Amino acid sequence: MGAFESILLTVITAATPLLLAAIGELVVERSGVLNLGVEGMMIVGAVMGFAGAQATGSPYLGAVFALLSGMGMALLFGFLTLHLVANQVATGLALTLLGLGLSGMIGEAFVGQPGIRLTGIEIPVLSDLPLVGRLLFGQDVLVYLSLALVAGVSYVLFRTRAGLIIRAVGDNHASAHALGVSVLKVRYLAVLFGGACAGLAGGYLSLVYTPQWVEGMTAGRGWIALALVVFATWRPLRVLAGAYLFGAVGILQFHAQAHGVAIPSQFMSALPYVATIAVLVIISRNRILTRVNTPACLGRPFVPDR
Amino acid sequence: MTVDDTTNPQHGVVGERRGTVLLDARGITKRFGEILANDTVSLTLRAGEIHALLGENGAGKSTLVKILYGALDPNAGDLVWQGQTVTIASPAEARALGIGMVFQHFSLFEALTVAENIALALPPGQSFRALSERIRQVSRDYGLTLDPSAIVADLSVGVRQRIEIVRCLLQEPKLIIMDEPTSVLTPQEADQLFVTLERLALEGCAILYISHRLEEVQRICHHATIMRHGKVVMECDPTKETAGSLARLMVGSAVHDLKRGVVPREGDVRLALKDLSAEAEGPFSVAIENIDLDVRAGEVVAIAGIAGNGQSELFELVSGERLSSSADAVTIGAVPMGRAGITKRRRAGAAFVPEERLGHGAVPGLKLSENLLLTRHSTGDGLVQGGFLKRDRAGALEQRIKTNFDVRMSHDDPEARALSGGNLQKFVIGRELDRQPDVLVVNQPTWGVDAGAAALIRQELIDLSRNGAAVLVISQDLDEIFEIADRIAVISRGKLSDAIPAQKLTRERVGLLMAGLDEDSGGAGDAA
Repeated sequence: MGAFESILLTVITAATPLLLAAIGELVVERSGVLNLGVEGMMIVGAVMGFAGAQATGSPYLGAVFALLSGMGMALLFGFLTLHLVANQVATGLALTLLGLGLSGMIGEAFVGQPGIRLTGIEIPVLSDLPLVGRLLFGQDVLVYLSLALVAGVSYVLFRTRAGLIIRAVGDNHASAHALGVSVLKVRYLAVLFGGACAGLAGGYLSLVYTPQWVEGMTAGRGWIALALVVFATWRPLRVLAGAYLFGAVGILQFHAQAHGVAIPSQFMSALPYVATIAVLVIISRNRILTRVNTPACLGRPFVPDR
Repeated sequence: MTVDDTTNPQHGVVGERRGTVLLDARGITKRFGEILANDTVSLTLRAGEIHALLGENGAGKSTLVKILYGALDPNAGDLVWQGQTVTIASPAEARALGIGMVFQHFSLFEALTVAENIALALPPGQSFRALSERIRQVSRDYGLTLDPSAIVADLSVGVRQRIEIVRCLLQEPKLIIMDEPTSVLTPQEADQLFVTLERLALEGCAILYISHRLEEVQRICHHATIMRHGKVVMECDPTKETAGSLARLMVGSAVHDLKRGVVPREGDVRLALKDLSAEAEGPFSVAIENIDLDVRAGEVVAIAGIAGNGQSELFELVSGERLSSSADAVTIGAVPMGRAGITKRRRAGAAFVPEERLGHGAVPGLKLSENLLLTRHSTGDGLVQGGFLKRDRAGALEQRIKTNFDVRMSHDDPEARALSGGNLQKFVIGRELDRQPDVLVVNQPTWGVDAGAAALIRQELIDLSRNGAAVLVISQDLDEIFEIADRIAVISRGKLSDAIPAQKLTRERVGLLMAGLDEDSGGAGDAA
């Protein structure tokens, strides 16, 4: 395996959890809900994914555990913000703190234990092709799932009635309600979808990225996913571009440091953030498109009057 | 089909009404807390009839309409639709029955296209291409030009209303409810709407038409129900009434005609705009181009125009919320103020009332006395001394405004958000008028305010000018403009026409200018 190929493989591994979490949050925000608890849902997903794999012996069931636990956290968020109309920002922050604490408690027993890795798929012949074989046909299921999600979310949002309703609810919930759309139901479903994606993203960390449990192992990736959604102006393909760009620059600076490039390491560590923000800001110059894509009701609570 | 209703106890003898009964609302009651918004209201709507629902703000019209459209549940009462008692639990159910609604404040999704907006209101299962074709066809049939792929945010108010109407028509409704449809239209656009409505009525559609513009009601409506304080006070044939008698029924007392007084000859120029220009600040803002205008002491100058033609931008430039590029562009008194902030302009004797009363004119969560402090902290009322607030003085001023401008409140010194729209508007205008400013600039002084309060505000504006102030009113309401203005200028796409004495103008001419269509307009307003 060449050095170049291995770098590309690590880029994919670094980008996938960001992509999973961001694409879920994109749907949540398109429906007008701002869930700042992505980090919390991810870390609970990470520990539950690890625990699930340990308990069942199957990393796939571990991933299912991660997904369900993310949804559980999201359900709590939905109940508080949609049902009880709590402040979304405060609740999201609380969800992150809760997730960090909860995962530390659950994961205490797992610290230092070897994990079970979710390995890449093997397709005879194709996976063994030179250069592209492992890259295109030897990834794990979650990588393909994340890419399928981008395509699926893009299609649903812009080509189906369900997506139209999600966008409408995010743009003007009062009008959507007047048209007979159940705003809260749409938002609940979106929040649950976002939770499932965030949980899966966390599971990816503890099952693929570094198959073990380390406290606080999400290391701010939930926040990066949130930022990606905004800088990508709520468009799925841009989230894809942003996640891979962030992953790529992150890995490259790592390699550059390893090869002793004489730039302060703090600066190198900041590079992925700077590069991602710069590129996404440049591609979002078109203000009209940006405004049309920004959910106007983002973060605004909705109480149906009856 | 012949469920004929002749026993309606609440009104007197009504002339022959045509059409079969479509919807019969009986004894509708809706309570919000302690307020009885609808008190045993009955209403009969017939096929082919344009039925006016008249009443002041807060008379209960909107509540009744929301109940008919399924957006609110009544506490008591029955709805009989084509002879069957029904409960309308949601707007979707109302639409399924055949009730469509065109909202007063548009219920459109700005970020979506015309076709997407319409698709949302229709039952699922229709391909997008077929829908776009149907939109084109209906808009052709009724003369309502629409481009299905345009994004709503880019469209003017008149076009947005067309979307609402086409959306409603595509549902093939038997009853269309229209809430204040002409409040945002030019006279020409309104005429076009009336043609559409009359055609719909001929086709057998029932129309419930909510308005407080009486001449419109007299012109197109066959029957009228008048509400006051949540009750039906009268049903009548509006063509057999006078505008005065209808207004009396709505308000419960006679609305006084305004006293115009005499314009003093050639007062000093108190407010001068000279070659005022500003670039658009964003994709949805309008550029202001070379505006010249003098407002003299003693006169009311009105700026007419359709919403979104640069009124808010002009207001911001005059008030100092936005600075001009040169100091000479705005002169207040005799001092160039184009680069001065809003407080400096206030100190020079100017006062400003923005269009949006809640959030711009007043902070919703602050008490009225605190809101008072926000605009008058440094205008010589002694409300701030040595950096400390004199709350008792603010409270006394608040009481004075409350009394002089008839601001009604449930308890003393409430938060601004607790006031109804009309009452808050009276307060926001009263706050500035109470200062007796030399220059008053007010944007939409009576927007969404009922007839009684509007008359009060208009009279105060005229009186202020006659006492020697220069008053500049920006308004979309032509009735209002012709009632109060001595000179009228028209703003269209950021350009202002010359200010012409009101006597020399007709509504039609102003309407054409508003649409930017006037060829022989002099001065800055060109034929675009």
